[in-house]
Amino acid sequence: MKMVSAIIKPFKLDEVREALSGMGVQGITVTEVKGFGRQKGHTELYRGAEYVVDFLPKVKIEAAVDDALVDRVIEAIEGAARTGKIGDGKIFVSPLEQVVRIRTGETGKEAL
Amino acid sequence: MKKLIASLLLGLGMALAGVSAVAQTAEAPAAVEAPAEAVAAPAAEAAPAADEPKVDSGDTAWMMTSTLLVILMTIPGLALFYGGLTRSKNMLSVLLQVFIIFSLISILWSIYGYSLAFAGEGKFFGDLSKMFLKGVTPDTFGALSTIPEYVFIAFQGTFAAITVALIVGSFAERIKFAAVLVFAVLWFTFSYVPMAHIVWGGGLLGADGALDFAGGTVVHINAGIAGLVGAYVLGKRIGYGKESMAPHSLTLTMVGASLLWVGWFGFNAGSAGAANGGAGLAFINTVLATAAATLSWIAVEGMTKGKASMLGAASGAVGGLVAITPAAGFVGPMGSIVLGLLAGAVCVWGVTGLKRLLNADDSFDVFGVHGVGGILGAILTGVFAAPGLGGTMGDDFAIGAQVWIQLKSVLFTIVWSAVVAFIAYKIADLTVGLRVSEEAEREGLDIASHGEAAYNR
Repeated sequence: MKMVSAIIKPFKLDEVREALSGMGVQGITVTEVKGFGRQKGHTELYRGAEYVVDFLPKVKIEAAVDDALVDRVIEAIEGAARTGKIGDGKIFVSPLEQVVRIRTGETGKEAL
Repeated sequence: MKKLIASLLLGLGMALAGVSAVAQTAEAPAAVEAPAEAVAAPAAEAAPAADEPKVDSGDTAWMMTSTLLVILMTIPGLALFYGGLTRSKNMLSVLLQVFIIFSLISILWSIYGYSLAFAGEGKFFGDLSKMFLKGVTPDTFGALSTIPEYVFIAFQGTFAAITVALIVGSFAERIKFAAVLVFAVLWFTFSYVPMAHIVWGGGLLGADGALDFAGGTVVHINAGIAGLVGAYVLGKRIGYGKESMAPHSLTLTMVGASLLWVGWFGFNAGSAGAANGGAGLAFINTVLATAAATLSWIAVEGMTKGKASMLGAASGAVGGLVAITPAAGFVGPMGSIVLGLLAGAVCVWGVTGLKRLLNADDSFDVFGVHGVGGILGAILTGVFAAPGLGGTMGDDFAIGAQVWIQLKSVLFTIVWSAVVAFIAYKIADLTVGLRVSEEAEREGLDIASHGEAAYNR
């Protein structure tokens, strides 16, 4: 099992969700986050005061998936979240040791 | 230093003492008992048949409406305008300061403010003959001969309240609540009240011929200067210039600015003191100058920074409202547009170039907008009141001489307000202390001073 987490542009969230649910991913967790990467921030001007905003709003999605599904999940996120412009985000994949479904007590692949 | 200021004040006072009179149109009839002739042209229009006071239902209805409109300007208008500009952790502190000042000053106004401003004939203060509104009944008249005195007192009281509340914007986000109260009482008593008397109650400047329709000097310059002094005396907010102090809700600031604009019709057109042609002129000028200033602020912003902003539009509107205040009943509609265009552009400088020059942390630019806009408006009133430029003054009106009179009233207000404000802040500092602790300032005044949060979820 793998944990796939991706940082994407906020307005791409719906497309990514559709792509993932269409291919059998049972659930994802979404968090609003801020961060910086190669995409520059912007400046905001309030009367005379200028503030550089370094951290841009992004959306982080997390999905726990079966090993067999990982490559297709990555492709789907890539395809749905890409605009081709800087700031499209990143996908991180890490091993996942255990999953438990709280309601039934199922573990491992059964709980995905 | 203090000696110097005191002697300057004295000299200025003496220089102004001799000259003769045109008071603010609205309150001009205040002088009814004494120099009625000197009050001249604009007064006659404002108060038809001043000889026999008689309640006019139209005038009374309009003045009660105007009073409500000025309350609308203050709470919620001004409170939201400033509130949106705070960081979210200080939102309630600013709303509360405006709300409490409004309440406090309303009470003080009825106890002794009205009497000291509008009863008696001193140069700087009236007298205490109407303390606790002694002798006022539903059948008595104040300075206006067609509305009941009670309505006049309430109307004038709202002006006092908003003037003190305006100052909140300069020392926001770092002042102790108790210091706000101490300062408000002192500054109201020794700056607002005498200034109202001096200009409108038959005092020094009222006899000088300075044109101030609705309170450019008494309200805006007066508050703007007190704000600037406050910014200096309190010092900068922690992190000023280093940390982001971006406004937390320009949506609320826009709502506040719009309420100010709407309420200002009571402020300006109400200052005609009656429902008449003069009020109509002040009304349309309050539309046009404000619109013009909004456009010119946006234009300057667009040309210099490349983007037009909502905060710029809201600030431009307030700058235009401030600038047209002293001129509202004296200039023509086209004059008010030119005045507004100039005000918008000059106030942009007030909150950028001039602000850097002054190097004071005037949190929400009380001086940059109200002080600068007020000074500009007061001086330009002396220009655009000229009949050749569409103004309402007589043919013998001399621009040069009037501008000089306007300038003197501006200087007088600046010095008076600055001295009183400085002393008032110092007294507040000695009694209750001016600033909250660093820890409280970092945490935010909402939690630290008031034990509540503006936004819970």
